[in-house]
Amino acid sequence: MWKWLHPYANPETTYQLSHRLVPWFTGLSGVLLTIGLAWALLFTPPDYQQGDSFRIFYIHVPAATLSMGIYLAMAISAFCGMVWQLKLSDAAVAAIAPIGAVYTAIALITGAAWGKPMWGTWWVWDARLTSELVLLFLYLGVIALNNAFDDRQMGGKAAGILAMVGVINLPIIKYSVEWWNTLHQGATVSKLGKPAMSPEMFWPFVVCFLGFAFLAAAIGCLRFKSEILLRNSTRPWVKQLIVNKQEL
Amino acid sequence: MQFESFADFIAMGGYGFYVWLSFGSGLFLIGALILHSRFQHSSIKRDIAKKLERSDRLKRAAEDNQQ
Repeated sequence: MWKWLHPYANPETTYQLSHRLVPWFTGLSGVLLTIGLAWALLFTPPDYQQGDSFRIFYIHVPAATLSMGIYLAMAISAFCGMVWQLKLSDAAVAAIAPIGAVYTAIALITGAAWGKPMWGTWWVWDARLTSELVLLFLYLGVIALNNAFDDRQMGGKAAGILAMVGVINLPIIKYSVEWWNTLHQGATVSKLGKPAMSPEMFWPFVVCFLGFAFLAAAIGCLRFKSEILLRNSTRPWVKQLIVNKQEL
Repeated sequence: MQFESFADFIAMGGYGFYVWLSFGSGLFLIGALILHSRFQHSSIKRDIAKKLERSDRLKRAAEDNQQ
């Protein structure tokens, strides 16, 4: 069943695949983000309570949701690296971490900028905000561990363990608004059941979300390529690639 | 279109500062990440090319010495 996956344990095959995927992901995210952000900023109606400040939703929620999704992807990679000793998994963890860190930072900053006019404060130390801040520190920890060792394999192992342990934070973030009293509102967009939003606000959100998701995928493929090169710099296929000065 | 004029659009119903702070910082961070990723990729390729050149030079020097 999983046999089709086996060729991708070969760094060269995976490098070529990532290389082919980058332009597709870039194009898709460009189109979706242009449509989505224009829709969100210009054409969606203002919220009946929050007015135009609601437009922050269209960057805040995709960034926050993806910051968790990206973490899960990173932790699964770390798990595969640990169990099956795949070096490519370590490369994936190292490639993904900076993207997750940026999305988390965006979620925190836009959240603060939305909190100020709506709650009257930039920041409160409540469960949702604090656990999201911990997520940022987890990402920074993974990045730091990856760079802390001269031996990339050692660093990858340490970073992988931190990435897996940090998964405990994900349900805490997700359910923090239900488990504790907080200023933060509950889930607006739930996957199951009908979203508690009108369609004219929901669809631009979907477009923005997909745009940010494909953007993360595009940057992820590019960074993954870099990490593969770093770890295979003495291999003949990398030499070939460099000598031929291919646009790869 | 929800806005009457461009000034209206910038003002965002009085929330302009917060809305543009959000979208501005988001754009800035993502732009920085993209630039860093591209720069890193080309610098890694450059480093590998340099190392290859160096090992080639060493090999040639060793061959010259043998002759």
